[in-house]
Order: sequence, then structure tokens, then C-alpha cells
Amino acid sequence: MGAQLRVYKRRIKSVSATKKITKAMEMIAASRIVKAQRQVAASTPYASELTRAVTAVATGSNTKHALTTEVDNPVRAAVLLVTSDRGLAGGYSSNAIKAAEQLTQRLKAQGKDVVTYIVGRKGVAYYGFRERPVAGSWTGFTDSPTYADAKRVAGPLIEAVQLDTAEGGVDELHIVFTEFVSMMTQTPVDKRLLPLSLEVTAEETEAVKDKILPLYDFEPSDEAVLDALLPRYVESRIYNALLQAAASEHAARRRAMKSATDNAEELIKSLTRLANAARQADITQEISEIVGGASALADATAGSDR
Amino acid sequence: MAAELHVELVAADRSVWSGEATLVIARTTSGDIGVMPGHQPLLGVLESGPVTIKTADGATVVAAVHGGFISFADDKLSLLAEIAELADEIDVERAERALERAKSEADAAAERRADVRLKAVTGVH
Repeated sequence: MGAQLRVYKRRIKSVSATKKITKAMEMIAASRIVKAQRQVAASTPYASELTRAVTAVATGSNTKHALTTEVDNPVRAAVLLVTSDRGLAGGYSSNAIKAAEQLTQRLKAQGKDVVTYIVGRKGVAYYGFRERPVAGSWTGFTDSPTYADAKRVAGPLIEAVQLDTAEGGVDELHIVFTEFVSMMTQTPVDKRLLPLSLEVTAEETEAVKDKILPLYDFEPSDEAVLDALLPRYVESRIYNALLQAAASEHAARRRAMKSATDNAEELIKSLTRLANAARQADITQEISEIVGGASALADATAGSDR
Repeated sequence: MAAELHVELVAADRSVWSGEATLVIARTTSGDIGVMPGHQPLLGVLESGPVTIKTADGATVVAAVHGGFISFADDKLSLLAEIAELADEIDVERAERALERAKSEADAAAERRADVRLKAVTGVH
């Protein structure tokens, strides 16, 4: 085998090994999307019922609750950024980070301090490398988040919201995550969780909007219900965001791995062509060597005969 | 035929039980409350405790609910809980073990959870 041919063969082998890996990752991601989507669907009844209840209390009672009223001069806003733990998902994490940057710029332009909380190793690494302050971070569950994870994330956030602004509390709570629109489309979005803007809630419960909400009896009292309801509402929103982000992450990874597999295939094809040409060149050279050798021999014998 | 109300018992990550019922008894922070069809719209905070649902066909469904809300309007009742389990889903041995462990570690919250589970299974409450 010629040296050139051997080099090509070796490259083809290494590219097909890579292709096998990317193909496997693509299939794993594809199967996980379905699972993640199912989880999103399973969490929907709870989220929609809770939203309905929150809307009911917020519209049906006149109590001013710290979590629902807008502060006149908000000075500090918390931003929760949801990224992934692992890479190899195309622009998934960097798009979410970009969206968070834009939101941060916007909030700063409005004269608010921004406190950042991060989910996912990629976001932590990005902020760590730039030495930006991060108020809290959580990693290790972005693949398949559970409700307990959402609770863990929500805890410090709710605490920060309930704290007085003067003591370092925040007036607003925003969340940036990647919304799962379809298998092909995932868009990073930013949403304001608190204070509750009723238009947003009304929009989310399109079906309920047409009906007049009943006058609820609150047990034990409307403040107590709000006190208990709002943290759960935040948790469930965060849980929903984490689940959607997980589904988006898998979809993004599937797409990235699919194009990697396609590229590997392309590379193998062109390398095979080159290897074939090299082999052909080797053969041609061998033939011409043999022919040349034979004719030289024939010339020599013809010379000795004379 | 008696009027019925539609019940949805949902946990944070799944829908646990849904169906028609004639009576639902749940424990709110201010005491046990029974809801029958035609009850006034209600929104209450639940204690962790057992929830008893008398279904339309006369059977009784018991579930252990750990914190959450009850909301009722237009003969539709929703029980929202972070964790909710039907009595027949609960692993008695595991709950008993959890109770012992909670007692030995003096973990009040865990003890209460295990206790509620066991009570939901045995039907003593």
C-alpha cells in the first residue's frame, strides 16, 4: 500500500469513529426530547390551575401584597438565566446568555441594579470567566429537572423578593430561558415573573378570560392565601421554564449532532474519493514500473544476443 | 341522582386523579372542610393531610396530600399539591421505615409526611 493511501485510510477510519459518536448522541437526544416534552405536558395541569388560582386571588381581592404590587421606583431586579450543563448543543447556551445580556442592558438603562442567578454550568463558566458577580448558581440537573430542583432554585429568589429593598432585596424577578416552540425552533425568551402583571396572567389563561371570575371565599384569609400561593406560583413557573429549557437543550443538541453526522459523512465521501484516486495512481505507477522493467530487460537480452 | 362535582387532583409533575365526586373532604389550615356540589367558590390553603373523595359511584378515594391548595368554582374542584399520592400507591413499609427514621432523627416535617401517608392508607383520621 502506498504511503498516501495509508494516510487517507487512517483519516477515513477516524472520521467514521467520530460519526458513530455523533450519530449516537443525536439518537439519544432525539429520544430525550420526547421524554422532556412529556414532562412539560405532565406539569401543565398544575401550572394552569395554579395560574387560574393566582389570577382569581389577584383580581378578586383588594389586598396589596408585596409580591403583586409594583414598586414606584424599582432599584434592583433579579435575573434568573437558564443554560445547559453540557456543550455540544450548537448555539443553545450562548443564545440564552445573549438574551440575558440584552435584558440586563435594558434593565440597567432603566436605572436598575441587576442581580444575576444562573442555572447550568455553561452560564456559570461564562460569568466566571468574565469575573461578573453571580448571586446564586445551580448545576447538575439541566438534563432532566425535577420539581425539587425548581424548589431549590426558587427558594433564594423568593427570599430576595420578600426582603426589603433597603436590605438588599429585589423589586423585580425576571427569568431568561429557551422556549420550546417546536422540534426545529427554540427561542430564548425573557419573562417577568414578579411583580405579577395581570395582563400577562390574563393572556396565559386565555380560556378563563372570557368568563367572569367567581367571587371566591378565601380560607383562612386572602392575605394568607396569597402568601402561600405566590411562592408556589413562582416555583411552578420556574419548574415549567426548566422543563422547557431541557426540551430545548435536547432539541438543539439533536440538531447540532445531526449536522455533525452529515458533515462527517461528507468528509468520508470526499476522503474515499481521494483514497481511490491514490490507489489508482499507485496501481498505474506499479504497472508502468513493471512495463519499464520488462522492456529494460528485453533490451538487455536483445543486446547480449547480438 | 345527586349533583356531582368534577375533581382534579394534581401534583406538580403529574395529574394524580380526576373524576366525578359527591363529596370532598380536605384539611385546610383552619380545619377540615367538606365540599359538596353547589358550594360557594372557595380558595383555601391545605395542610398536609389526607384528602377523602367520595366518588359518584359510591367508592371512596383517599390520597395523602402534602401542602397545596383547594380551589372550587362552578362545581369544579381542583386540589393542587406539590406532592400527592393515592392511598393505594403508597408503599406502607417504606412509609413506616420513613416514620421510624424521622422519629430517630427528630425531623418533624418528615415525620409528619410519613404519618400522613400511613393514615391515608389505614383510613384512620
